Amino acid sequence: MEITGIFKYLYELLQSTGLPQVLVDIIALASAAVMIFGVLAVIALFLVWWERKVSAHIQQRFGPMRTGWHGWRQTIADAVKLLQKEDITPSTVDRPVFFWAPVIAFVAAFMVYVTIPFGDGLIVSDLNIGILFIIAITTFTIISLLMAGWGSNNKYALLGGMRSAAQVVSYEVPMVVSVLAVIVFAGSLSMVDIVQSQAKIYKWYFFRLPFGPIAFFTYIIAATAETNRTPFDLPEAEQELVAGFNVEYSGMKFAMFFLAEFVNMFTVSAIGATLFFGGWQGPLLPSWVWFLVKTFALVFVLMWFRWTYPRLRVDQLMEFSWKFLLPVSFANLILAGWMKYSGWFNW
Amino acid sequence: MVPIPHFLILSALLFATGTAGVIISRNLIIMFMSIELMLNAGNLAIIAFSRMNNVVDGHVFVFLILTVAAAEAAVGLAIIIMIFRNKESINADKFSLLKR
Amino acid sequence: MTLEVVIFYFAAAVAVAGAVMMILQRNPVASVMYLVISLVAQAILYVQLQALFIGALLIIVYAGAILVLFLFVIMILNLRGEEFRNEKHRPGRAAKIIIPVVFFLEVVAIIKQLAAPPAAGRATEVAADFGSVEMVAGRLFREYLFPFELTSILLLVAIVGAVVMAKRDKGKKEEEA
Repeated sequence: MEITGIFKYLYELLQSTGLPQVLVDIIALASAAVMIFGVLAVIALFLVWWERKVSAHIQQRFGPMRTGWHGWRQTIADAVKLLQKEDITPSTVDRPVFFWAPVIAFVAAFMVYVTIPFGDGLIVSDLNIGILFIIAITTFTIISLLMAGWGSNNKYALLGGMRSAAQVVSYEVPMVVSVLAVIVFAGSLSMVDIVQSQAKIYKWYFFRLPFGPIAFFTYIIAATAETNRTPFDLPEAEQELVAGFNVEYSGMKFAMFFLAEFVNMFTVSAIGATLFFGGWQGPLLPSWVWFLVKTFALVFVLMWFRWTYPRLRVDQLMEFSWKFLLPVSFANLILAGWMKYSGWFNW
Repeated sequence: MVPIPHFLILSALLFATGTAGVIISRNLIIMFMSIELMLNAGNLAIIAFSRMNNVVDGHVFVFLILTVAAAEAAVGLAIIIMIFRNKESINADKFSLLKR
Repeated sequence: MTLEVVIFYFAAAVAVAGAVMMILQRNPVASVMYLVISLVAQAILYVQLQALFIGALLIIVYAGAILVLFLFVIMILNLRGEEFRNEKHRPGRAAKIIIPVVFFLEVVAIIKQLAAPPAAGRATEVAADFGSVEMVAGRLFREYLFPFELTSILLLVAIVGAVVMAKRDKGKKEEEA
């Protein structure tokens, strides 16, 4: 069963209808976008359910059990409920800013998937700048957080928005630097090239001692902070900030933030799997299965973090990023460069 | 391929808009953003010229300009914060101590 | 009319409209938003000029750093934009618009000269990897290594300068209190 073959067949079918090439390309791209949106929406719904199950089992509960087998229909019901709810816009908000914030968060969360390879050949566009494109798109998340915080005209929302923006900015630096260590070794920014350079299990960047594991751990810590999850979920610290930047949001707009959050969690795991664990590479099974297995394993690690660790304090959070994570990742980048240059472990 | 002069005219238009922003606006923040816009209009022209002459040096220049813009924004915003602390305002008309 | 031309006019219109909206806003946060829209449109134009790498950098540096800094400052100073409402229509302000208009017309005249046959025919074809990371990096780290290193010093100086200026003077604060 080869998915790329099906796509090629469909594309040729489209071409044979005699439409102009421009239109064919537009239709192909639009259907790719719709397909990715559909897949990710299903994944996000699954992740919400999974998160509830994982948290419940870590806390020795069952979680949702009533709707369907082990409550698998629960999130579908929740999503339907959220979409039906009245979309309240408080009267004092800054209307355009308030409206566009969730849209930007949502679009940015999905735009990233242009350069993430779901499998061998299952990529929308293998850009020459691959990973840099992802980093560029994720920066819009910061703007949407600040916009939501400001637009709500609510002191909790503003505090939450500023906190999360400060946090995302601070943790973006160690994250990018640890990704750079891999890029130095792979010698390319293209996601496909990075995956292809890890053809065998001992070539996975996670196993390139000593720089690989260090880069991975700094990456996964920074990624946890990027997605605003415990132990770094200061922005939505329920006890002090009510719910952070999305206090005033309800209905559809809240659903967009919520969905974006889970898609972002999947994104950082997918990047981690691609950069450090060989992406789609693996024996026997089809490539996209390997990709999903690796990504979901990383998602599970993120959930495990969330339900095991307590929350940090704001000053500890900033200190950890600037005084520990950043120096470590910089030292690691230099180490990786030196290893590449001297040919050490360059198997 | 869109002809290069079109890009240049667009760049001039953006630059003129930035100039208008600096002249019209009295809000220091918006004036500053207009200056950033002018820098970017320049960048667009450089990229277009680079494409026209088939050399990547223009890309390097833009890279350096972006760095300078970042440094400039950090210092400029620090100055704006200082001004706001002294005057409780960011209205450029209110900073006229040297006028009289 | 090919797809490329359509994209060009669309992106150009968005870039200019965003810029114009930016300078007309009273609310600085909305102003930042319009600048972001304008910059994204400009990044699309960069891609059309085969400067994908620089376009991504533009987004990272502007949307990710500079404009976030602007938003932070606006929020720290709590500028909701009411301050300027009464002084919008002041005599003499509209007349100043002439300066950018004249500038624009001058530049267009120059560009018309430039677009004359010998120069216009150039640059229809460039290498496929024109503007790729490898190509830009090759130039940057060989011919322009010294300016590149200088920018790091510039950034360091800017960081120190910004921190020193924006920091509250602790001694003074206690005296005031």
